[in-house]
Amino acid sequence: MPEKHLSTQFDSELSAVSTRVMELGGLVESQIRNAIYALSQFSAEVANQVTEAEARVNAMEVEIDRELSSIISRRQPTARDLRLLIAISKTTANLERVGDEAEKIARMVRRIINSGAPRSLPSLELRVASDLASGLLRKALDAFARLDTAAAVAILKEDDLIDKEFDGFVRKLVTYMMEDPRMISPSLDLLFLAKAIERIGDHSKNIAEFIIYVVKGEDVRHTPMEQIESVVK
Amino acid sequence: MNTAMAIKEHSKISVKDLNFYYGKFHALKGINLEIPEKKVTAFIGPSGCGKSTLLRIFNRMFELYPEQRAEGEILLDGEDLLTSKKDVALLRAKVGMVFQKPTPFPMSIFDNIAFGVKLFENLNATDMEERVEWALRKAALWSEVKDKLNQSGSGLSGGQQQRLCIARGIAIKPEVLLLDEPCSALDPISTAKIEELITELKNDYTVVIVTHNMQQAARCSDYTAYMYLGDLMEFGSTEQMFFKPSRKETEDYITGRFG
Repeated sequence: MPEKHLSTQFDSELSAVSTRVMELGGLVESQIRNAIYALSQFSAEVANQVTEAEARVNAMEVEIDRELSSIISRRQPTARDLRLLIAISKTTANLERVGDEAEKIARMVRRIINSGAPRSLPSLELRVASDLASGLLRKALDAFARLDTAAAVAILKEDDLIDKEFDGFVRKLVTYMMEDPRMISPSLDLLFLAKAIERIGDHSKNIAEFIIYVVKGEDVRHTPMEQIESVVK
Repeated sequence: MNTAMAIKEHSKISVKDLNFYYGKFHALKGINLEIPEKKVTAFIGPSGCGKSTLLRIFNRMFELYPEQRAEGEILLDGEDLLTSKKDVALLRAKVGMVFQKPTPFPMSIFDNIAFGVKLFENLNATDMEERVEWALRKAALWSEVKDKLNQSGSGLSGGQQQRLCIARGIAIKPEVLLLDEPCSALDPISTAKIEELITELKNDYTVVIVTHNMQQAARCSDYTAYMYLGDLMEFGSTEQMFFKPSRKETEDYITGRFG
């Protein structure tokens, strides 16, 4: 928010809750990074850490929601302030879901390790996709902090890349499973894992859409790209 | 700045290039506005922006003061009320007004309402009783005063007095009801009753309300006009104005970034 309210208390409440969202975003990002590290190293220990930290993600979501309800009930925000608070609420929900996906990845990693599957599983593509996904989430959070609509549009476009990676990976897994039926079970775990990464991209895309909603007052969900670009222009 | 902002409604009052002066002070600057029929239109804006001034022109209240002057046109159903030769009392029968502070006449509740009716209509006793009851019911006051119609109107609570004034205003069956800060002296419960009443009234009347309480404008109006320093800054549907105003000035005001 560029300009200050008459009520400096309102300003500090808004900035406090925005800061909390960024903290949650940072925590969730590190959850993804750790989950992917657990996968690349087949480390059950790191996977366990991810699962333990999930409780903090959930607690932060609840806390942010409580702060939002408090601001809305006491300040009766309108226009841009109202849109910002709605967007923060939705962004928080999306971040919590990203946290769930990270936890899901950690769970899959433990299952793959416990199944005794060899390290020769094709996890390299997953690391590429997960780097894309966590990078995209970071960009979405940066863009949210700056309310940068041009960056938001770039994120929407980039999510398509992750979707393409996912499709390619699924094709590869199918071949892999056909070659060696014993690999079907761990490959299915990998498939779920890949799906989790793909979902992270989708959540980042949702956050990017909320940025446009805050700044332009237009709901661009389920809207073709050309139309979004004309809204942002 | 003052483009006549198009509203797809039948307009009851059309304001065209209206300028208003208090002596040398230019209080309203080229206002163009269409007030939709049977809707609630709210005027908001900081103190001194001209919203009450505009409201008071609609029933020529300003003519009480010789140094005040209006230029331009205000069409009520197509007839310019500024140049009309008609009796101003007839205009005010069509365009009723309720003020910030409740102003009951120093007489009984019944007479408060019957008084205005007697000026314009010749009703027999039964019809008059019916009219008084009708107005009090419309103003959501009947159940509270039906057993004490002969008591003085000034014995009522502030909220009841204000509803009595609204009942008095609608008893003469006006077409337009102007409300100047009708709830500013009232507690939240009386305010809620009056807001409920405003929503009810728009079925039959065109209502224009001036309010400092933006949430009140948001709650009970269909259209909102934002005024600043004698200019009409923005006019549009209330939903649009409070969710996504098109001007930055409006946004700054309604989000409390003003000043």
